[in-house]
Amino acid sequence: MTRAAPWHLGGHRLLLDRAGALVWPERRLLAVADLHLEKGSAAALRGQLVPPLDTAATLARLHALVRNYRPATLVLLGDSFHDAGGHSRLRASDAALLARITSGLTLRWVLGNHDPAPQPDLPGSFHAEHIEHGLSFRHIPGPATAQTPEISGHLHPKAQIALRGTQVTRPCFVIDSCRVLMPAFGTYTGGLDLLAPPVAALFPRGGRALLLGEQSIYSFPFAGRRPRQPDLTGRAPAA
Amino acid sequence: MSDLLPAELHAWFAQRGWVPRPFQLAVLSAAGTGRACLVLAPTGGGKTLAGFLPILAVAADHSLDGLVALYVSPLKALAADIARNLQTLISELRLPLSLATRTGDTSRRDRAAQRQALPNILLTTPESLSLLLSHDAASNQFAKLRHIIIDEVHALAGTKRGDQLALCLARLATLAPGAVRIGLSATAAHIPALRAFVAPDARPGSAELITETGGAPPQLSLMLPAGRLPWGGHMGLGAAPEILARITAARLTLVFVNTRAQAELMFQALWHLNEANLPIAIHHGSLEPALRQRVEAAMAEGRLRAVVATASLDLGLDWGDVDQVIQVGAPKGVSRLLQRVGRANHRLDQPSRAILVPANRFEVLECEAAIEGIAAGDLDGDPPRPGGLDVLAQHLLTLACAGPFDPDQVFSEIRTAAPYADLSRRDFDDVLDFVATGGYALAGYERYRKLFLDSKGRVFVRDAGIIRQHRMNIGTIVEAPLLRVRLGRGRGGGLILGEIEEYFANMLRPGDTFLFAGRLLRFRALRENWVEAEDGGTGDPKIPAYAGGRLPLSTYLATRVRALLHDPAAWSALPEPVRDWLSQQSSRSVLPGPDNLLIELFPRGDRHYLVAYPFEGRNAHQTLGMLLTRRMERLGQKPLGFVATDYVLGIWSAEPADDFATLFDQDMLGDDLEAWMADSSLLRRTFRQVAVIAGLVQRDLPGQRRNARQVSINTDLIYDVLRRYQPDHVLLRATRADAAAGLTDLGRLAAMLARVQGRLTVVRLDRISPLAVPVLLEIGRERVRTAASEDALLAEAEALAAEARAQ
Repeated sequence: MTRAAPWHLGGHRLLLDRAGALVWPERRLLAVADLHLEKGSAAALRGQLVPPLDTAATLARLHALVRNYRPATLVLLGDSFHDAGGHSRLRASDAALLARITSGLTLRWVLGNHDPAPQPDLPGSFHAEHIEHGLSFRHIPGPATAQTPEISGHLHPKAQIALRGTQVTRPCFVIDSCRVLMPAFGTYTGGLDLLAPPVAALFPRGGRALLLGEQSIYSFPFAGRRPRQPDLTGRAPAA
Repeated sequence: MSDLLPAELHAWFAQRGWVPRPFQLAVLSAAGTGRACLVLAPTGGGKTLAGFLPILAVAADHSLDGLVALYVSPLKALAADIARNLQTLISELRLPLSLATRTGDTSRRDRAAQRQALPNILLTTPESLSLLLSHDAASNQFAKLRHIIIDEVHALAGTKRGDQLALCLARLATLAPGAVRIGLSATAAHIPALRAFVAPDARPGSAELITETGGAPPQLSLMLPAGRLPWGGHMGLGAAPEILARITAARLTLVFVNTRAQAELMFQALWHLNEANLPIAIHHGSLEPALRQRVEAAMAEGRLRAVVATASLDLGLDWGDVDQVIQVGAPKGVSRLLQRVGRANHRLDQPSRAILVPANRFEVLECEAAIEGIAAGDLDGDPPRPGGLDVLAQHLLTLACAGPFDPDQVFSEIRTAAPYADLSRRDFDDVLDFVATGGYALAGYERYRKLFLDSKGRVFVRDAGIIRQHRMNIGTIVEAPLLRVRLGRGRGGGLILGEIEEYFANMLRPGDTFLFAGRLLRFRALRENWVEAEDGGTGDPKIPAYAGGRLPLSTYLATRVRALLHDPAAWSALPEPVRDWLSQQSSRSVLPGPDNLLIELFPRGDRHYLVAYPFEGRNAHQTLGMLLTRRMERLGQKPLGFVATDYVLGIWSAEPADDFATLFDQDMLGDDLEAWMADSSLLRRTFRQVAVIAGLVQRDLPGQRRNARQVSINTDLIYDVLRRYQPDHVLLRATRADAAAGLTDLGRLAAMLARVQGRLTVVRLDRISPLAVPVLLEIGRERVRTAASEDALLAEAEALAAEARAQ
């Protein structure tokens, strides 16, 4: 069982937790991406009355992580709310939970494309990008040629593993020596396959996918862009 | 009695040298006195004409105004075909009746014209009828309705489309209380349920039963491939030479197969041998409608010699003079086989001829059992089940879109629909609350509600946006996400061939070969919502599979197969290789009996095998396999996998299985079932359908690009949240009810376990038995399942990947 897998980025040791969070022990920093809070009520506004419990469920998982790692800094990597009006639809109990989770720590909101404007009535500070000890925390990943090692979100990567006629699809971290692409943390967030061009283009030399399991985090290498699909099937490649 | 028939109609019959059949006059009489009726008659008996006689008779004597007759059919193509024939008849009779079809294929212009004025006779489908009823004009449009003709009742009752139609009929009864229903059906099992479906008050006795018996009994025979009779496989491709020979010897042959994949393969196999270039075509439900219509027209014009078809040609009118039906693969049920056989020779006085081609040894038994069942005049089919709450949710919003309604009045109306005759007020209120607010026990969500109450306690819709959105969502057919396939590339592109599942398309790489629409295609690219392909693929093709393609063996046939197996005196009808196979089984092991459950145990390689012979169909066996392997896991027997066929379940394990009374105890249907069902992908798939039908999420319309403003949430994620926070939510109740009835076949499994308690026959062998060979052959061909959690699979895959790199 591996609750969190270690990974080195820019000379710093990070932990990638199976709950979909990044931990930087040396800096006592916890980061999560793409919470998409109030996505359920955004759907409800358009007539789809899906269970409005996503915000509470997402915050409960965040709360558990914060209690476990006791970070000094919490970085939310953008698209924390599903839309610009999201924070105003927070139910009182959820707003109170958010306040409880973030009290006593430094809260940094990175702005995303879904929530591009700072919200003065929310606690914490707002940043287009946050740089700490040479690591860049941003919402939309920079190009594959970027120099600064970065931690980003936005793309909601997931991966599919086929074994014995069954397919398991899970959100995942996608990592190489110069970037960590975070899985989406939101309860109602979908995913984009890591073989899809927007993700694959960020990892021209391949990398690893760390799939989030119930008990553990599972690591699979994948090859860079070649004509054939990278072997994620778990089978030994044909000779 | 024939004075019921006006002179013009008499003359029309007489001109053709025809005499109205007694059952046709009985329909006229029932309708004349305002009584509903259900007509049971074989195909080719003049059933459809019987349905329209009442309105034609009225039109001959009265001038009519507005919509007076409605015809509902399960198939768009059938509605179109009936419209053509009826138009001819009306012209010949010189009656001043207008008619039109209204289906998903109706053009925007025709729909707009119909909004101004509906014709005297409208031919439609359950979905289009529901859509018409969502408009506030409906109460005027349908007020003059006199007759409602429901075709192919047996194919609709007991399905979600049937639920929807029943609800629409209940609404029509309110809008046009005098309208008389005439149900048309093939002979079927569960006739009281069909009568209740047609009856205005859901009581079987309120629909008069009119039966047309007679017709020559069909002539059925078995045909085996030359050479060795296969042990396994379902495709029956080995018999292609014999099938082609039969096609050559007949005028027009229908070759029925069980799945779309099998249709593609059989079509290829026939063309491979078809040196004489006989015109042979393919027809299945995923082909582009234009291609299907071309095949149907060619059949009707006599330009084809054979069509390889799936259930897409099970129903409907004569598409031509079919003089022979060949069923490849096991028939799975007697009623279904009879329906298919009836496609040949639509004349009552001549027998239909059909040839059954079993693909393997067990299928020989099944075919023989089906032939005996038809000779005995028996029918099978699923008993009726209560109507779906998801369909009810959709219907309630449809009603609200048409105008404000009183919940008490609508509750009574809905209980006149047979599938909802026993609907509880609690379920009704929960469903209405779901439509209005989502049904979540949560304050602060009120502001999103879709339905409101006015001062008189009537329900009305929030705004026009909700109505617009709902109309896009009407219907109960939910397909897996599909992508259309076309030849060539670019925006214009070439010929559109049909649709394949997105899941399959995602597995294709550029250059891969796949078989579709009877062509070997090379995959080029996936572009937006299109699969671009070109002719001329080479190498081993992949074949698109579709979810839910295979029907399980019917309970009735299973009972007959068990009886046949157990009685060597009855084996004389079986071909010699099958008789040998069974004799060897009885000397090396024992034969399964009619009431016991045979369990064989034997080692093979380093594994221990358990093979059970319940004959309860694949779905029930798969459920049983899941539950048994969970138990074996707990008992330390280390199950490694299992495979289920329609007849047999095979499980292999690292340790020998033991303690069978515990393993097969009925209590497996308690907690174990709950635990497995909750996590299984099967329930998620069912939930997706329920969520779409109930309008919780929006339907993905094929070819439609997602609106950027639309919020899309995967139903699996919603399912997880709902299960955790509100496990008694009405949609979860609907999901569990669906899963129990359908894919898990729980009813059958429970009945089987009850039947075999204390009657387990356990045979320990030192090697595989003859009867067990077919199921072991399925390993590697079929999906092998285990009860392992997704985490266990991921861990195993991770270890394998690491190992592969270390080498």
